[in-house]
Amino acid sequence: MSGAFLERVGRGETLLADGAIGSLLMARGLEPGAPPEGLNLSAPHVVEEVARLYLESGAEIVQTNTFGASPLKLARHGLAGLAAGINAAAVAAVRRAVGRRAYVSGSCGPSGRLLKPYGDVGEEEMRDSFREQMAALAAAGVDLICVETMTDLREARLAVAAARSAATGVPVMATMTFDATPRGFFTVMGASIEAACAGLADAGADLIGSNCGNGSARMIEIAAEFRRHGRLPVVIQSNAGLPELRQGAAVYPETPADLAQAARGLKALGVAVIGGCCGTTPEHTRAMCRALDEEA
Amino acid sequence: MSILNEISQRLEEGDDAAVPRLVGEALAGGLAAKAVLDDGLIAGMNVVGGRFRDREIFLPDVLLAARAMYAGLDVLKPLLERAGVASRGRVVIGSVHGDLHDIGKNLVGIMLKGAGFEVIDLGHDVPAARFVAVARERDARVIGMSALLTTTMPVMKEVVDLLARENLRGRVRTIVGGAPVSAEYAAEIGADAYGYDCAQAVERVKELAGA
Repeated sequence: MSGAFLERVGRGETLLADGAIGSLLMARGLEPGAPPEGLNLSAPHVVEEVARLYLESGAEIVQTNTFGASPLKLARHGLAGLAAGINAAAVAAVRRAVGRRAYVSGSCGPSGRLLKPYGDVGEEEMRDSFREQMAALAAAGVDLICVETMTDLREARLAVAAARSAATGVPVMATMTFDATPRGFFTVMGASIEAACAGLADAGADLIGSNCGNGSARMIEIAAEFRRHGRLPVVIQSNAGLPELRQGAAVYPETPADLAQAARGLKALGVAVIGGCCGTTPEHTRAMCRALDEEA
Repeated sequence: MSILNEISQRLEEGDDAAVPRLVGEALAGGLAAKAVLDDGLIAGMNVVGGRFRDREIFLPDVLLAARAMYAGLDVLKPLLERAGVASRGRVVIGSVHGDLHDIGKNLVGIMLKGAGFEVIDLGHDVPAARFVAVARERDARVIGMSALLTTTMPVMKEVVDLLARENLRGRVRTIVGGAPVSAEYAAEIGADAYGYDCAQAVERVKELAGA
């Protein structure tokens, strides 16, 4: 099926990916501050339920709850030794939910550490950490890997290269998070979209793009930049805007209809994979699904 | 170029070899430690903070500049202490309970140190009670709290309420920040200030500390 994924992308199909996981897990009892990845072992049925909600909302790509499941990141919670088991359990939970009706996408976020000389981690240590996660995701049978929310291009390249070598044959998507600046879009670490296009492709990514960020309108601009500077198919997973305060509660402002409108715009730009990030829900996914179907 | 301007410029470039050397030269040339701090190191960090706010430079540049600043501070510190130059006051900072995002908070800490404050960084995942206990024990003037998740913002209110219950509200002031936090939210929970970015946070802390 993973071969089929790249073939479908190559034919110019638009595939719908899921939305935020963490908020749904918190609504189901995840303690604030506890690592969401721990639930893969302690409450796999909850992880499975969230995956099923996205499948039923029309997502064809459903991600694993492994954003912070690289050993370096898990070490913050003293869980580094459990990395292999956490990743395996996470893939198994999503697979139980979606079977072969959706692609299981292994999520891999930043290590949470800074590479030397800015931080204290060497490239080798970071590469080994990502390799361990990628090998575990591949052994558990993921269909894709998604390296996401990266801001340091060096770190993103290490993660993509780790996927290439430790998860042989598994397609790799790689997305970074950009801010709008007076001089254009840059990550907080200073990577431009042009640099990301070249660097991620060179590291071996199959699809490149952006996730998280400042809302779907900006993401359409970012997608256009990726289309202009890069040759690879593009993946875009937008936040539902930035949180706003309403009646004392912080809420993400963009509605399912907003994300549906954005999905139409992204599809018109030729974006291959469209999904959601922070603040999106199965309702957003459902609206995006309808929007993409009506255009088909 | 005056030696103080040169210190500031080398700091902006993140040259952590030149900055301590120049600080030593400035002191040997008879400049007061306080002047080297204010017009060399702090002046340089102010420029770095402004340029980062406008994204003319990025996080790696700030981190390298901070390293150069610390190298300069190490040279100055014994002299400042001997001369009895008071710090601008103690500030307790941390990411609130449940938050693991601490790059923004770390930046604020760097800029506060650059501005002459003594910073007690409690790290991430800091419960409300710990903020208050450390502020009381260390006689801090300000508590700075960061949150990046909407679900953990209520901890900021807990800190404000706890200070009120312990009659510390006037003595220990509070400032909040982080992506989901707004001036409106700060006002609603009764925090004393809100920092939109790290440069603004430092300005507000200066006001709160009466420095």
